[in-house]
Amino acid sequence: MEPAPRSLLDKLWARHVVVEETPEAPAVLYIDLHLVHEVTSPQAFAALEERGLKVRRPDKTLATLDHSTPTKPAGADGKIPYADKETERQVAQLIANCEKHRIRLLGMDDPMRGIVHVIGPELGATQPGRTIVCGDSHTSTHGAFGALAFGIGTTEAGHVLATQCLLQRKPKSMRVVFDGACPRGVGAKDMALAFIATIGADGGQGYAVEFAGPAVEALSMDARMTLCNMSIEAGARSGMIAPDETTFAYLKSREFAPNGAHWERAVGEWRAFASDPGAHFDCEVRIDAAGLKPMITYGVSPDAALPVDAVAPRPANENARLAHDYMKFAEDRPMTEALVDRVFIGSCTNSRLSDLREAAAVMRGRKVNPRVIVLVVPGSHMVKRAAEAEALDRVFVEAGAEWREPGCSMCIAMNGDKGEPGELVVSTSNRNFIGRQGKGVRTVLASPATAAASAIEGRIADPRKYLGGGAS
Amino acid sequence: MNFDPIRTLRSRTVVLPQANIDTDQIVPARFLTTTTRAGLGKALFYDWRYDEDGRAKNSSVFNGVNPATHRILVAGPNFGCGSSREHAPWALHDFGFRAVASSDIADIFKSNALKNGLLPVAVDPATHQRLLNSPGREVTIDLERLTLSLDDGATAAFAVEPFARRCLLDGVDPLGHLQRHMPAIEAYEVRQSTAPDSEPR
Ligand code: SF4
Repeated sequence: MEPAPRSLLDKLWARHVVVEETPEAPAVLYIDLHLVHEVTSPQAFAALEERGLKVRRPDKTLATLDHSTPTKPAGADGKIPYADKETERQVAQLIANCEKHRIRLLGMDDPMRGIVHVIGPELGATQPGRTIVCGDSHTSTHGAFGALAFGIGTTEAGHVLATQCLLQRKPKSMRVVFDGACPRGVGAKDMALAFIATIGADGGQGYAVEFAGPAVEALSMDARMTLCNMSIEAGARSGMIAPDETTFAYLKSREFAPNGAHWERAVGEWRAFASDPGAHFDCEVRIDAAGLKPMITYGVSPDAALPVDAVAPRPANENARLAHDYMKFAEDRPMTEALVDRVFIGSCTNSRLSDLREAAAVMRGRKVNPRVIVLVVPGSHMVKRAAEAEALDRVFVEAGAEWREPGCSMCIAMNGDKGEPGELVVSTSNRNFIGRQGKGVRTVLASPATAAASAIEGRIADPRKYLGGGAS
Repeated sequence: MNFDPIRTLRSRTVVLPQANIDTDQIVPARFLTTTTRAGLGKALFYDWRYDEDGRAKNSSVFNGVNPATHRILVAGPNFGCGSSREHAPWALHDFGFRAVASSDIADIFKSNALKNGLLPVAVDPATHQRLLNSPGREVTIDLERLTLSLDDGATAAFAVEPFARRCLLDGVDPLGHLQRHMPAIEAYEVRQSTAPDSEPR
């Protein structure tokens, strides 16, 4: 008898089960890579100490500083301009914990430091077939490589530190197929927002999502990460894409990637992870990529998304009314009439080289509207160096934007980078929650191209008129 | 973290009817600079409870709520979505809540809550609507029978992952459970190291 066809999830799950799940207890699932940052880890390390335990596999643990680190460079005296004592203490705590437990930490002066979901792939630590966790919900990003990657809480992070395993039940599977090809000016961020708007902010709850179809296969690794990153915004803990030639080309020669004869063997193994034809999915969603437009959000949940050329909708229920009162878009008026105060280009969703190229393509030779403050924050030092090698920093600075040091910055507004109450911020990050970018800030999520166009016009703007060639 | 086992909980409700209440609302990011779990109750729903100057807002439903008698939070659908911060259940528990009832509770929040003595209870839409409609009513949650009962006797069933339920009822420690599987974990590692380049670094 032929073996039953299996999905990517089925294969990755089976590969990592140490003890099978039963009705009484979840499976013991082995974790290949545990990523750590300063905000969600202190209490996990403390829990370990309370029990007198050690980090079992420091070699499978990798730490970085990103959430509460400043994006202004150190002063002439070498002092790092932390926003306050607490963020500085949090950074010091992770440094101490990593020293004590011999965990590799990308510290403040490390040339590879960056946002946790940017550095894993850059180092080649994110690989097909792996289980990857982090005390951060956007761990789904790493699924772009055909890994099973999901966010966990701090207690669970403690479990992984102590045992390299987690107690988990297998999620249900959802396949999201993007048919056709994206039109010019439409990219992965727009696909993500369209997907979330289609199934809702809780539509993916309990599912591991696999993105597939020609429009997904055509995406670069950077763009695939953008798409998988936002799976959690639809309630799904993980999003993944089958590894293919694009994946292998990205990983080749990265620091942690297999080399020599190991490389060929690894690629052979990785290829086999793709879902088999006829594999079972508990749910399937189809989206016509050819019909997509650049997308923006108008509410306070990422599923409140519309094409940029739409009019602001009238609230249909009490929840929409509350969101409407907060966002203050004029009903039935084009969204592109709304004045913008700030633009943020960055975050683990859109801070990679191709994102910065996309924004620079719009800004090149143009000026930012003088009433708009624009922050461009690369996802890592590696991205920063690569962008500077192409003189993208000059494009931004000459346009009137600020070019900063890497970190999460205004995505979570913990490090001092934030908007002021009432401001409208067009942001390439992933959450338009109330107050996420500063108390009272109104966030509009958009692609780098849309954010850049909005910076130029000082209003929410359709990027398509700025893009001559095909945008990625 | 140690917390009292939950068997039955009889208490009054606080109602937040909004849908998609995310963990940024439950604990704003600026309170995440803490390096301990303690004392987060003061950060709970901070921007919903206090105005610019740190004064309690008259409009806040938390005004006049006695955490000792109001231990059940009733919220709109998709409660706890967004960031994985465990600070959210820590803050709810520290404030005094022992259960959150909704029609639908986000995955990571649910998992975090169960590890911190906070019971996530997802009930059917009709019961959910009745809960939303009557803030402050007395509700009984029975973890052994997996039922939520209103004060008029109406009862709804809910589900809790069986292992997490056992942890809450019997004080089973999940990390201890994992540690008992250490021989299997070590055997797995031996098996896997034969696979090509199974080491992450
Ligand atoms: S960039 Fe934003 S979403 Fe990404 S890890 Fe940092 S805070 Fe989280």
